[in-house]
Amino acid sequence: MNEIGRAAVEDFLYHEAALLDAWRLDEWLALLTDDATYRVPSNDQPESDPKAALFTIADDIRRIRARVERLKDPHAHAEFPRSRTRRLISNVRIVERSPLVVEANFVVYRYRANDDMRTYVGRYRYTLVSQGGALRIKAREAILDAMELASLGTVSFIL
Amino acid sequence: MSASRIVLNEPQQHRFEINRAALVDPAIFAAEKERIFEHCWLYAGHESEVRAPGDFRTRTVCGRPILLCRDSKNELRVFLNTCRHRGTVVCREAQGNAERYTCFYHGWTYDRDGRLYAVPGQSAYPPSFDRTQLGLKEPPRVEAYRGFVFLNFDVDAVPLREYLGRAVEYIDLVLDQSPSGRMEVIHGTQEYDIRANWKLLVENSYDDYHLLTTHATWLDYLKSSGVEVKRPEKGHVLPSHGLGKDLGNGHGTTDNVNFRGRPVAAWIPIYGEAAKPELERIRAELVQRLGPERAKRVADTNRNLLIFPNLVLLDGSSVSVRSFQPLAPDRMRVRAWALGPVEETPLARQVRLDSFLTFYGPGGFATPDDIAALESVQEGLGTYKEVQWSPLTRGMAKEGEQLNTDEGHLRAFWIQWDRLMRAAA
Repeated sequence: MNEIGRAAVEDFLYHEAALLDAWRLDEWLALLTDDATYRVPSNDQPESDPKAALFTIADDIRRIRARVERLKDPHAHAEFPRSRTRRLISNVRIVERSPLVVEANFVVYRYRANDDMRTYVGRYRYTLVSQGGALRIKAREAILDAMELASLGTVSFIL
Repeated sequence: MSASRIVLNEPQQHRFEINRAALVDPAIFAAEKERIFEHCWLYAGHESEVRAPGDFRTRTVCGRPILLCRDSKNELRVFLNTCRHRGTVVCREAQGNAERYTCFYHGWTYDRDGRLYAVPGQSAYPPSFDRTQLGLKEPPRVEAYRGFVFLNFDVDAVPLREYLGRAVEYIDLVLDQSPSGRMEVIHGTQEYDIRANWKLLVENSYDDYHLLTTHATWLDYLKSSGVEVKRPEKGHVLPSHGLGKDLGNGHGTTDNVNFRGRPVAAWIPIYGEAAKPELERIRAELVQRLGPERAKRVADTNRNLLIFPNLVLLDGSSVSVRSFQPLAPDRMRVRAWALGPVEETPLARQVRLDSFLTFYGPGGFATPDDIAALESVQEGLGTYKEVQWSPLTRGMAKEGEQLNTDEGHLRAFWIQWDRLMRAAA
Protein backbone atom coordinates (compact mmCIF):
# COMPACT_ATOMS: atom_id res chain seq x y z
CA MET A 1 0.00 0.00 0.00
CA ASN A 2 1.30 3.47 -0.85
CA GLU A 3 1.81 5.69 2.14
CA ILE A 4 -1.54 7.30 2.91
CA GLY A 5 -1.21 10.76 4.38
CA ARG A 6 -3.34 12.68 6.83
CA ALA A 7 -4.91 14.82 4.11
CA ALA A 8 -6.28 11.73 2.35
CA VAL A 9 -7.64 10.42 5.63
CA GLU A 10 -9.25 13.76 6.41
CA ASP A 11 -10.86 13.91 2.97
CA PHE A 12 -12.29 10.47 3.61
CA LEU A 13 -13.61 11.29 7.11
CA TYR A 14 -15.16 14.56 5.91
CA HIS A 15 -16.85 12.70 3.07
CA GLU A 16 -18.22 10.11 5.51
CA ALA A 17 -19.45 12.87 7.83
CA ALA A 18 -21.23 14.60 4.95
CA LEU A 19 -23.00 11.36 4.00
CA LEU A 20 -24.13 10.72 7.57
CA ASP A 21 -25.34 14.29 8.11
CA ALA A 22 -27.30 14.03 4.85
CA TRP A 23 -28.77 10.65 5.89
CA ARG A 24 -27.33 9.12 2.69
CA LEU A 25 -27.05 5.87 4.56
CA ASP A 26 -26.77 3.44 1.64
CA GLU A 27 -23.81 5.39 0.33
CA TRP A 28 -22.34 5.35 3.81
CA LEU A 29 -22.73 1.55 3.93
CA ALA A 30 -20.70 1.35 0.74
CA LEU A 31 -17.76 2.84 2.65
CA LEU A 32 -17.66 -0.19 4.95
CA THR A 33 -15.85 -3.47 4.41
CA ASP A 34 -17.84 -6.71 4.52
CA ASP A 35 -16.53 -7.42 8.00
CA ALA A 36 -16.87 -3.91 9.40
CA THR A 37 -17.79 -3.14 13.01
CA TYR A 38 -19.40 -0.07 14.57
CA ARG A 39 -19.16 0.46 18.29
CA VAL A 40 -20.11 2.96 20.95
CA PRO A 41 -18.86 1.83 24.38
CA SER A 42 -20.78 2.53 27.57
CA ASN A 43 -19.71 5.91 28.90
CA ASP A 44 -18.30 4.44 32.12
CA GLN A 45 -16.26 1.76 30.30
CA PRO A 46 -14.73 3.66 27.37
CA GLU A 47 -11.91 1.15 26.82
CA SER A 48 -13.68 -2.19 26.78
CA ASP A 49 -14.35 -5.27 24.73
CA PRO A 50 -18.00 -5.87 23.80
CA LYS A 51 -17.48 -9.59 24.42
CA ALA A 52 -17.07 -8.84 28.12
CA ALA A 53 -18.70 -5.45 28.77
CA LEU A 54 -22.04 -3.89 28.02
CA PHE A 55 -21.80 -1.35 25.20
CA THR A 56 -24.31 1.16 23.92
CA ILE A 57 -23.75 -0.15 20.39
CA ALA A 58 -21.61 -3.09 19.24
CA ASP A 59 -22.63 -3.94 15.68
CA ASP A 60 -21.09 -6.37 13.28
CA ILE A 61 -21.68 -5.71 9.59
CA ARG A 62 -24.95 -7.66 9.66
CA ARG A 63 -26.35 -5.48 12.39
CA ILE A 64 -24.97 -2.30 10.85
CA ARG A 65 -26.95 -3.13 7.72
CA ALA A 66 -30.03 -3.95 9.81
CA ARG A 67 -29.55 -0.65 11.66
CA VAL A 68 -29.53 1.26 8.39
CA GLU A 69 -32.57 -0.68 7.17
CA ARG A 70 -34.34 0.26 10.40
CA LEU A 71 -33.36 3.91 10.22
CA LYS A 72 -34.76 4.18 6.70
CA ASP A 73 -38.13 2.93 7.96
CA PRO A 74 -40.54 5.64 9.19
CA HIS A 75 -41.51 3.17 11.95
CA ALA A 76 -38.12 3.74 13.58
CA HIS A 77 -39.95 6.22 15.79
CA ALA A 78 -36.84 7.48 17.59
CA GLU A 79 -35.62 8.89 14.27
CA PHE A 80 -38.90 9.87 12.72
CA PRO A 81 -38.92 12.72 12.06
CA ARG A 82 -35.18 12.37 11.64
CA SER A 83 -32.70 14.25 13.77
CA ARG A 84 -30.69 16.88 12.02
CA THR A 85 -27.04 16.40 12.77
CA ARG A 86 -23.92 18.39 12.02
CA ARG A 87 -20.59 16.82 12.76
CA LEU A 88 -17.29 18.63 13.11
CA ILE A 89 -14.18 16.49 12.90
CA SER A 90 -10.75 17.69 13.93
CA ASN A 91 -7.39 16.67 15.41
CA VAL A 92 -7.13 13.85 12.90
CA ARG A 93 -4.11 11.68 13.66
CA ILE A 94 -2.72 8.54 12.09
CA VAL A 95 -1.78 6.56 15.18
CA GLU A 96 -0.78 3.28 13.53
CA ARG A 97 0.39 2.46 10.03
CA SER A 98 -0.24 -1.23 9.74
CA PRO A 99 -3.11 -1.65 10.08
CA LEU A 100 -4.02 1.97 9.40
CA VAL A 101 -5.53 3.25 12.64
CA VAL A 102 -6.83 6.80 12.75
CA GLU A 103 -8.13 8.84 15.63
CA ALA A 104 -10.05 12.08 15.42
CA ASN A 105 -12.05 14.33 17.74
CA PHE A 106 -15.68 14.91 16.99
CA VAL A 107 -18.51 17.20 17.95
CA VAL A 108 -21.91 16.10 16.71
CA TYR A 109 -24.77 18.55 17.18
CA ARG A 110 -28.16 16.93 17.12
CA TYR A 111 -31.39 18.83 16.68
CA ARG A 112 -34.92 17.51 16.97
CA ALA A 113 -38.21 19.36 16.80
CA ASN A 114 -39.30 20.99 20.06
CA ASP A 115 -36.16 19.85 21.77
CA ASP A 116 -32.94 21.36 23.03
CA MET A 117 -29.81 20.87 20.99
CA ARG A 118 -27.81 17.87 22.14
CA THR A 119 -24.05 17.92 21.76
CA TYR A 120 -22.16 14.64 21.44
CA VAL A 121 -18.45 15.14 22.03
CA GLY A 122 -15.78 12.49 21.82
CA ARG A 123 -13.17 10.65 19.86
CA TYR A 124 -13.42 8.43 16.81
CA ARG A 125 -11.12 5.49 16.36
CA TYR A 126 -11.06 3.96 12.90
CA THR A 127 -9.30 1.05 11.31
CA LEU A 128 -9.12 1.82 7.60
CA VAL A 129 -8.10 -0.40 4.71
CA SER A 130 -7.37 0.39 1.11
CA GLN A 131 -9.56 -1.53 -1.31
CA GLY A 132 -9.11 -0.99 -5.04
CA GLY A 133 -7.38 2.28 -4.41
CA ALA A 134 -10.08 3.65 -2.09
CA LEU A 135 -10.19 3.83 1.68
CA ARG A 136 -12.77 1.64 3.41
CA ILE A 137 -13.82 1.39 7.06
CA LYS A 138 -13.07 -1.89 8.78
CA ALA A 139 -13.70 -0.69 12.33
CA ARG A 140 -15.34 2.44 13.60
CA GLU A 141 -15.66 3.32 17.27
CA ALA A 142 -17.18 6.49 18.70
CA ILE A 143 -16.04 7.02 22.29
CA LEU A 144 -18.08 9.66 24.09
CA ASP A 145 -16.49 11.97 26.65
CA ALA A 146 -19.66 12.48 28.70
CA MET A 147 -19.43 10.61 32.03
CA GLU A 148 -22.88 9.21 31.34
CA LEU A 149 -25.28 9.68 28.44
CA ALA A 150 -27.62 11.60 30.78
CA SER A 151 -29.27 14.45 28.89
CA LEU A 152 -27.95 13.16 25.56
CA GLY A 153 -30.60 10.46 25.93
CA THR A 154 -30.20 8.02 23.09
CA VAL A 155 -27.79 7.20 20.29
CA SER A 156 -30.54 6.38 17.82
CA PHE A 157 -28.78 7.94 14.80
CA ILE A 158 -25.38 6.83 13.46
CA LEU A 159 -22.94 8.65 15.74
CA MET B 1 -55.56 18.70 42.98
CA SER B 2 -55.98 16.21 45.81
CA ALA B 3 -54.44 12.79 45.36
CA SER B 4 -57.79 11.10 45.90
CA ARG B 5 -59.04 12.28 42.51
CA ILE B 6 -56.20 10.80 40.52
CA VAL B 7 -57.19 7.17 40.11
CA LEU B 8 -60.83 6.45 39.30
CA ASN B 9 -61.44 2.78 39.95
CA GLU B 10 -64.99 1.50 39.56
CA PRO B 11 -64.69 -2.22 38.83
CA GLN B 12 -68.48 -2.77 38.59
CA GLN B 13 -68.70 -0.18 35.83
CA HIS B 14 -65.46 -1.43 34.23
CA ARG B 15 -64.16 2.04 34.74
CA PHE B 16 -60.50 2.72 35.51
CA GLU B 17 -59.04 6.08 34.61
CA ILE B 18 -55.89 7.96 35.47
CA ASN B 19 -55.99 11.70 35.84
CA ARG B 20 -53.15 12.95 33.67
CA ALA B 21 -52.16 15.51 36.31
CA ALA B 22 -50.41 12.55 37.98
CA LEU B 23 -47.80 12.75 35.23
CA VAL B 24 -47.41 16.53 35.10
CA ASP B 25 -48.35 18.33 38.31
CA PRO B 26 -45.33 19.44 40.43
CA ALA B 27 -47.41 19.17 43.62
CA ILE B 28 -48.17 15.53 42.93
CA PHE B 29 -44.52 14.94 42.07
CA ALA B 30 -43.48 16.40 45.42
CA ALA B 31 -46.13 14.37 47.24
CA GLU B 32 -45.09 11.07 45.69
CA LYS B 33 -41.50 11.66 46.78
CA GLU B 34 -42.76 11.99 50.36
CA ARG B 35 -45.38 9.27 50.35
CA ILE B 36 -43.88 6.66 48.03
CA PHE B 37 -40.13 7.03 47.75
CA GLU B 38 -39.64 7.76 51.47
CA HIS B 39 -41.45 4.56 52.45
CA CYS B 40 -40.79 1.93 49.78
CA TRP B 41 -37.77 -0.33 49.38
CA LEU B 42 -35.56 1.20 46.71
CA TYR B 43 -32.92 -0.61 44.69
CA ALA B 44 -29.40 0.49 45.64
CA GLY B 45 -27.24 -1.92 43.69
CA HIS B 46 -26.02 -5.47 43.34
CA GLU B 47 -23.55 -7.29 45.59
CA SER B 48 -21.39 -8.18 42.57
CA GLU B 49 -20.63 -4.53 41.90
CA VAL B 50 -18.29 -4.49 44.89
CA ARG B 51 -16.25 -7.60 45.60
CA ALA B 52 -13.21 -6.98 47.82
CA PRO B 53 -12.69 -5.00 51.05
CA GLY B 54 -12.61 -1.30 50.19
CA ASP B 55 -14.40 -1.66 46.83
CA PHE B 56 -16.95 1.07 46.38
CA ARG B 57 -19.51 2.49 43.97
CA THR B 58 -21.25 5.81 44.35
CA ARG B 59 -24.67 6.70 43.03
CA THR B 60 -27.79 8.62 43.93
CA VAL B 61 -30.94 6.99 45.24
CA CYS B 62 -33.97 9.17 45.81
CA GLY B 63 -31.84 12.31 45.91
CA ARG B 64 -29.37 10.84 48.40
CA PRO B 65 -25.78 10.30 47.35
CA ILE B 66 -24.86 6.84 48.60
CA LEU B 67 -21.74 4.76 48.90
CA LEU B 68 -22.23 1.07 48.12
CA CYS B 69 -19.12 -0.63 49.43
CA ARG B 70 -17.34 -3.51 51.16
CA ASP B 71 -16.10 -2.92 54.71
CA SER B 72 -12.94 -4.27 56.35
CA LYS B 73 -14.60 -7.67 56.86
CA ASN B 74 -15.81 -7.65 53.24
CA GLU B 75 -19.41 -7.18 54.36
CA LEU B 76 -21.56 -5.22 51.96
CA ARG B 77 -22.42 -1.79 53.40
CA VAL B 78 -24.34 1.25 52.28
CA PHE B 79 -23.38 4.67 53.68
CA LEU B 80 -24.92 8.04 53.06
CA ASN B 81 -22.16 9.79 51.15
CA THR B 82 -21.93 12.98 53.19
CA CYS B 83 -19.29 14.23 55.57
CA ARG B 84 -20.53 14.64 59.13
CA HIS B 85 -18.69 17.96 59.37
CA ARG B 86 -20.10 20.25 56.64
CA GLY B 87 -21.91 17.82 54.39
CA THR B 88 -19.47 17.39 51.51
CA VAL B 89 -19.74 14.27 49.43
CA VAL B 90 -16.96 12.20 50.94
CA CYS B 91 -16.29 9.89 48.00
CA ARG B 92 -16.49 11.65 44.64
CA GLU B 93 -15.38 8.87 42.31
CA ALA B 94 -17.89 6.63 40.54
CA GLN B 95 -16.10 3.44 41.53
CA GLY B 96 -12.84 2.17 42.90
CA ASN B 97 -11.14 0.81 45.98
CA ALA B 98 -10.27 2.88 49.03
CA GLU B 99 -8.34 2.26 52.20
CA ARG B 100 -10.06 5.28 53.72
CA TYR B 101 -12.49 7.96 52.58
CA THR B 102 -11.09 11.45 53.08
CA CYS B 103 -13.27 14.49 52.71
CA PHE B 104 -11.24 16.94 50.66
CA TYR B 105 -12.83 20.02 52.23
CA HIS B 106 -11.37 19.92 55.79
CA GLY B 107 -9.79 16.51 55.74
CA TRP B 108 -12.09 14.46 57.95
CA THR B 109 -11.24 10.85 57.20
CA TYR B 110 -13.43 7.76 57.54
CA ASP B 111 -12.34 4.14 57.47
CA ARG B 112 -13.91 1.34 55.42
CA ASP B 113 -16.31 0.60 58.25
CA GLY B 114 -17.55 4.19 58.24
CA ARG B 115 -15.85 5.17 61.51
CA LEU B 116 -14.46 8.68 61.74
CA TYR B 117 -10.75 7.84 61.73
CA ALA B 118 -9.02 11.23 61.80
CA VAL B 119 -9.95 14.89 62.24
CA PRO B 120 -7.26 17.50 61.49
CA GLY B 121 -6.73 19.84 64.42
CA GLN B 122 -9.07 17.90 66.67
CA SER B 123 -7.75 19.65 69.82
CA ALA B 124 -9.66 22.83 68.91
CA TYR B 125 -12.98 21.05 69.44
CA PRO B 126 -14.46 21.14 72.95
CA PRO B 127 -14.15 18.06 75.18
CA SER B 128 -17.70 17.03 74.23
CA PHE B 129 -16.55 16.31 70.65
CA ASP B 130 -16.93 12.55 70.27
CA ARG B 131 -15.40 11.02 67.17
CA THR B 132 -17.17 7.72 67.77
CA GLN B 133 -20.52 9.46 67.28
CA LEU B 134 -19.54 11.00 63.97
CA GLY B 135 -19.08 8.07 61.64
CA LEU B 136 -20.68 7.94 58.19
CA LYS B 137 -24.42 7.49 58.59
CA GLU B 138 -26.23 4.58 57.05
CA PRO B 139 -29.73 4.69 55.54
CA PRO B 140 -32.32 3.70 58.16
CA ARG B 141 -32.73 0.26 56.58
CA VAL B 142 -30.56 -1.79 54.22
CA GLU B 143 -31.53 -5.33 53.25
CA ALA B 144 -30.73 -7.65 50.37
CA TYR B 145 -32.47 -10.43 48.55
CA ARG B 146 -30.18 -12.86 46.72
CA GLY B 147 -27.65 -10.20 45.75
CA PHE B 148 -30.06 -7.34 45.09
CA VAL B 149 -29.46 -4.63 47.68
CA PHE B 150 -32.28 -2.31 48.67
CA LEU B 151 -32.59 0.51 51.12
CA ASN B 152 -35.46 2.17 52.85
CA PHE B 153 -35.65 5.62 54.43
CA ASP B 154 -38.55 4.57 56.65
CA VAL B 155 -37.23 2.90 59.79
CA ASP B 156 -40.63 1.27 60.32
CA ALA B 157 -40.86 -0.33 56.88
CA VAL B 158 -41.80 -4.02 56.67
CA PRO B 159 -38.83 -6.34 56.05
CA LEU B 160 -37.68 -6.49 52.42
CA ARG B 161 -38.64 -10.14 51.98
CA GLU B 162 -42.18 -9.37 53.11
CA TYR B 163 -42.31 -6.29 50.86
CA LEU B 164 -41.22 -8.30 47.81
CA GLY B 165 -43.90 -10.88 48.54
CA ARG B 166 -44.85 -12.93 45.51
CA ALA B 167 -42.35 -11.08 43.30
CA VAL B 168 -39.58 -13.36 44.66
CA GLU B 169 -40.99 -16.23 42.61
CA TYR B 170 -40.05 -14.28 39.49
CA ILE B 171 -36.71 -13.04 40.81
CA ASP B 172 -35.90 -16.69 41.54
CA LEU B 173 -36.81 -17.66 37.98
CA VAL B 174 -34.25 -15.18 36.68
CA LEU B 175 -31.58 -16.40 39.10
CA ASP B 176 -32.21 -20.03 38.19
CA GLN B 177 -30.33 -19.30 34.97
CA SER B 178 -27.17 -19.66 37.03
CA PRO B 179 -26.03 -23.15 38.16
CA SER B 180 -25.08 -21.68 41.55
CA GLY B 181 -28.07 -19.33 41.67
CA ARG B 182 -25.75 -16.35 41.49
CA MET B 183 -25.86 -13.67 38.82
CA GLU B 184 -23.47 -10.74 38.46
CA VAL B 185 -23.71 -7.26 37.05
CA ILE B 186 -21.53 -7.11 33.92
CA HIS B 187 -19.24 -4.08 33.41
CA GLY B 188 -20.78 -1.16 31.57
CA THR B 189 -23.64 1.05 32.73
CA GLN B 190 -26.23 2.55 30.45
CA GLU B 191 -27.21 5.76 32.18
CA TYR B 192 -29.49 8.14 30.36
CA ASP B 193 -32.32 10.59 30.93
CA ILE B 194 -35.81 10.38 29.55
CA ARG B 195 -37.83 13.57 29.30
CA ALA B 196 -40.91 11.96 30.72
CA ASN B 197 -42.59 11.17 34.03
CA TRP B 198 -41.09 8.11 35.73
CA LYS B 199 -44.44 6.31 35.90
CA LEU B 200 -44.57 6.25 32.11
CA LEU B 201 -41.47 4.05 32.17
CA VAL B 202 -43.10 1.84 34.80
CA GLU B 203 -46.01 1.25 32.44
CA ASN B 204 -43.84 0.91 29.34
CA SER B 205 -41.53 -1.64 30.98
CA TYR B 206 -44.22 -4.31 31.20
CA ASP B 207 -46.97 -3.13 28.87
CA ASP B 208 -46.88 -5.58 25.97
CA TYR B 209 -49.77 -3.91 24.17
CA HIS B 210 -47.31 -1.50 22.51
CA LEU B 211 -44.98 -4.15 21.10
CA LEU B 212 -46.45 -4.55 17.61
CA THR B 213 -46.70 -0.86 16.87
CA THR B 214 -43.84 0.74 18.77
CA HIS B 215 -41.42 -2.06 17.93
CA ALA B 216 -42.47 -2.87 14.37
CA THR B 217 -38.91 -2.40 13.08
CA TRP B 218 -37.52 -4.69 15.77
CA LEU B 219 -39.98 -7.41 14.80
CA ASP B 220 -38.99 -6.90 11.15
CA TYR B 221 -35.36 -7.32 12.15
CA LEU B 222 -36.13 -10.58 13.98
CA LYS B 223 -38.14 -11.91 11.04
CA SER B 224 -35.51 -11.00 8.49
CA SER B 225 -32.86 -12.69 10.59
CA GLY B 226 -34.73 -15.99 10.49
CA VAL B 227 -36.84 -15.95 13.66
CA GLU B 228 -40.26 -17.44 13.08
CA VAL B 229 -42.84 -14.92 14.23
CA LYS B 230 -46.15 -16.77 14.26
CA ARG B 231 -49.62 -15.36 13.87
CA PRO B 232 -51.22 -14.66 17.23
CA GLU B 233 -53.63 -17.12 18.82
CA LYS B 234 -57.26 -16.08 18.92
CA GLY B 235 -57.75 -13.25 21.42
CA HIS B 236 -54.03 -12.49 21.58
CA VAL B 237 -52.22 -9.55 20.06
CA LEU B 238 -48.71 -10.98 20.12
CA PRO B 239 -47.27 -14.01 18.34
CA SER B 240 -46.99 -15.91 21.60
CA HIS B 241 -49.10 -16.65 24.64
CA GLY B 242 -48.54 -14.27 27.50
CA LEU B 243 -50.05 -13.22 30.80
CA GLY B 244 -49.98 -10.07 32.88
CA LYS B 245 -49.84 -10.69 36.62
CA ASP B 246 -50.54 -8.63 39.68
CA LEU B 247 -48.04 -9.84 42.30
CA GLY B 248 -49.33 -7.71 45.18
CA ASN B 249 -47.84 -4.60 46.87
CA GLY B 250 -47.81 -2.87 43.47
CA HIS B 251 -45.42 -5.39 41.93
CA GLY B 252 -46.36 -7.05 38.66
CA THR B 253 -44.98 -8.96 35.75
CA THR B 254 -45.55 -10.26 32.29
CA ASP B 255 -45.21 -14.02 31.99
CA ASN B 256 -44.76 -14.93 28.35
CA VAL B 257 -43.95 -17.88 26.16
CA ASN B 258 -40.71 -16.94 24.44
CA PHE B 259 -40.51 -16.39 20.70
CA ARG B 260 -37.55 -14.06 20.51
CA GLY B 261 -34.42 -16.03 21.38
CA ARG B 262 -32.82 -16.03 24.82
CA PRO B 263 -29.17 -16.37 25.78
CA VAL B 264 -30.34 -18.88 28.36
CA ALA B 265 -30.76 -21.77 25.99
CA ALA B 266 -33.15 -20.52 23.29
CA TRP B 267 -30.99 -20.19 20.18
CA ILE B 268 -31.92 -18.01 17.21
CA PRO B 269 -29.88 -17.49 14.01
CA ILE B 270 -28.68 -14.04 15.17
CA TYR B 271 -26.51 -15.82 17.77
CA GLY B 272 -24.54 -17.61 15.03
CA GLU B 273 -23.94 -21.33 14.41
CA ALA B 274 -20.88 -21.35 16.67
CA ALA B 275 -23.06 -20.59 19.70
CA LYS B 276 -25.50 -23.44 19.08
CA PRO B 277 -23.61 -26.21 20.93
CA GLU B 278 -23.00 -23.83 23.86
CA LEU B 279 -26.70 -23.04 24.19
CA GLU B 280 -27.48 -26.77 23.96
CA ARG B 281 -25.01 -27.38 26.78
CA ILE B 282 -26.66 -24.66 28.88
CA ARG B 283 -30.06 -26.23 28.21
CA ALA B 284 -28.79 -29.68 29.24
CA GLU B 285 -27.41 -28.26 32.48
CA LEU B 286 -30.75 -26.59 33.23
CA VAL B 287 -32.66 -29.83 32.65
CA GLN B 288 -30.26 -31.82 34.76
CA ARG B 289 -30.31 -29.34 37.63
CA LEU B 290 -33.94 -28.24 37.60
CA GLY B 291 -35.82 -31.01 35.80
CA PRO B 292 -37.42 -30.62 32.38
CA GLU B 293 -40.41 -28.56 33.52
CA ARG B 294 -38.56 -25.92 35.51
CA ALA B 295 -35.85 -25.79 32.81
CA LYS B 296 -38.51 -24.97 30.25
CA ARG B 297 -39.91 -22.33 32.57
CA VAL B 298 -36.50 -20.69 32.88
CA ALA B 299 -35.45 -20.94 29.23
CA ASP B 300 -38.68 -20.78 27.25
CA THR B 301 -40.65 -18.13 29.10
CA ASN B 302 -39.69 -14.51 29.56
CA ARG B 303 -40.82 -11.86 31.99
CA ASN B 304 -40.63 -8.15 32.58
CA LEU B 305 -40.93 -7.75 36.33
CA LEU B 306 -41.70 -4.50 38.10
CA ILE B 307 -40.63 -4.21 41.73
CA PHE B 308 -42.65 -1.27 43.01
CA PRO B 309 -41.92 1.54 42.56
CA ASN B 310 -38.87 1.93 40.30
CA LEU B 311 -36.97 -1.30 39.67
CA VAL B 312 -37.50 -3.48 36.63
CA LEU B 313 -35.95 -6.84 35.79
CA LEU B 314 -36.20 -7.43 32.08
CA ASP B 315 -35.68 -11.12 31.38
CA GLY B 316 -36.24 -11.26 27.63
CA SER B 317 -33.61 -10.93 24.89
CA SER B 318 -31.11 -10.85 27.76
CA VAL B 319 -31.39 -9.90 31.43
CA SER B 320 -31.35 -6.24 32.33
CA VAL B 321 -31.62 -4.57 35.70
CA ARG B 322 -33.13 -1.14 35.20
CA SER B 323 -33.87 1.40 37.89
CA PHE B 324 -34.92 4.97 37.41
CA GLN B 325 -34.85 8.06 39.56
CA PRO B 326 -37.48 10.78 39.16
CA LEU B 327 -35.72 14.12 38.61
CA ALA B 328 -38.70 16.33 37.79
CA PRO B 329 -42.33 15.70 36.83
CA ASP B 330 -41.18 15.40 33.21
CA ARG B 331 -37.73 13.93 33.64
CA MET B 332 -36.04 10.80 34.97
CA ARG B 333 -32.56 9.30 35.08
CA VAL B 334 -32.39 5.65 34.03
CA ARG B 335 -29.58 3.28 34.98
CA ALA B 336 -29.47 -0.10 33.31
CA TRP B 337 -27.08 -2.99 33.59
CA ALA B 338 -26.73 -6.44 32.05
CA LEU B 339 -26.92 -9.36 34.45
CA GLY B 340 -25.35 -12.76 33.75
CA PRO B 341 -24.63 -16.05 35.57
CA VAL B 342 -21.32 -15.87 37.43
CA GLU B 343 -20.12 -19.13 35.86
CA GLU B 344 -21.00 -18.19 32.29
CA THR B 345 -18.40 -19.14 29.62
CA PRO B 346 -16.87 -16.32 27.52
CA LEU B 347 -18.89 -17.50 24.51
CA ALA B 348 -22.20 -17.51 26.41
CA ARG B 349 -21.36 -14.11 27.89
CA GLN B 350 -20.69 -12.76 24.41
CA VAL B 351 -24.07 -14.06 23.17
CA ARG B 352 -25.80 -12.55 26.21
CA LEU B 353 -24.28 -9.10 25.67
CA ASP B 354 -24.86 -9.17 21.93
CA SER B 355 -28.47 -10.25 22.34
CA PHE B 356 -28.96 -7.46 24.89
CA LEU B 357 -28.04 -4.85 22.30
CA THR B 358 -30.50 -6.14 19.69
CA PHE B 359 -33.34 -4.80 21.82
CA TYR B 360 -32.30 -2.89 24.92
CA GLY B 361 -30.58 0.35 25.68
CA PRO B 362 -30.06 3.80 24.21
CA GLY B 363 -28.51 2.35 21.04
CA GLY B 364 -30.65 -0.79 20.76
CA PHE B 365 -33.26 -1.52 18.13
CA ALA B 366 -36.22 -1.10 20.51
CA THR B 367 -35.53 1.01 23.62
CA PRO B 368 -34.98 4.26 21.67
CA ASP B 369 -38.47 3.88 20.23
CA ASP B 370 -39.88 3.36 23.73
CA ILE B 371 -38.14 6.53 24.83
CA ALA B 372 -39.55 8.37 21.80
CA ALA B 373 -43.01 7.13 22.78
CA LEU B 374 -42.68 8.27 26.40
CA GLU B 375 -41.34 11.68 25.41
CA SER B 376 -44.15 12.02 22.92
CA VAL B 377 -46.68 11.17 25.66
CA GLN B 378 -45.14 13.79 27.92
CA GLU B 379 -45.37 16.39 25.17
CA GLY B 380 -49.01 15.45 24.58
CA LEU B 381 -49.71 15.81 28.29
CA GLY B 382 -49.27 19.55 27.91
CA THR B 383 -53.01 19.31 27.32
CA TYR B 384 -53.69 17.70 30.70
CA LYS B 385 -56.10 20.40 31.81
CA GLU B 386 -58.25 19.99 28.70
CA VAL B 387 -57.83 16.25 28.19
CA GLN B 388 -57.89 15.05 31.76
CA TRP B 389 -58.28 11.29 31.83
CA SER B 390 -56.55 8.24 30.36
CA PRO B 391 -58.44 4.92 30.32
CA LEU B 392 -56.62 1.87 31.67
CA THR B 393 -59.30 -0.76 31.22
CA ARG B 394 -57.92 -3.42 28.87
CA GLY B 395 -59.03 -6.83 30.12
CA MET B 396 -61.23 -5.32 32.81
CA ALA B 397 -64.45 -7.03 31.72
CA LYS B 398 -62.72 -10.40 31.56
CA GLU B 399 -63.03 -13.25 34.03
CA GLY B 400 -59.85 -15.03 35.08
CA GLU B 401 -56.44 -14.53 33.52
CA GLN B 402 -55.23 -11.16 32.31
CA LEU B 403 -53.09 -11.21 29.20
CA ASN B 404 -49.76 -9.43 28.85
CA THR B 405 -51.52 -7.09 26.43
CA ASP B 406 -54.25 -6.36 28.98
CA GLU B 407 -53.72 -3.77 31.64
CA GLY B 408 -54.47 -5.65 34.85
CA HIS B 409 -50.85 -5.54 36.00
CA LEU B 410 -50.65 -1.81 35.19
CA ARG B 411 -53.82 -1.21 37.20
CA ALA B 412 -52.18 -3.04 40.12
CA PHE B 413 -49.33 -0.51 40.03
CA TRP B 414 -51.70 2.45 40.00
CA ILE B 415 -53.88 1.02 42.77
CA GLN B 416 -50.84 0.71 45.03
CA TRP B 417 -49.63 4.17 43.99
CA ASP B 418 -53.04 5.58 44.86
CA ARG B 419 -53.16 3.74 48.17
CA LEU B 420 -49.82 5.18 49.26
CA MET B 421 -50.62 8.65 47.98
CA ARG B 422 -53.81 8.69 50.00
CA ALA B 423 -52.24 7.32 53.19
CA ALA B 424 -51.69 9.91 55.90
CA ALA B 425 -48.17 11.26 55.50
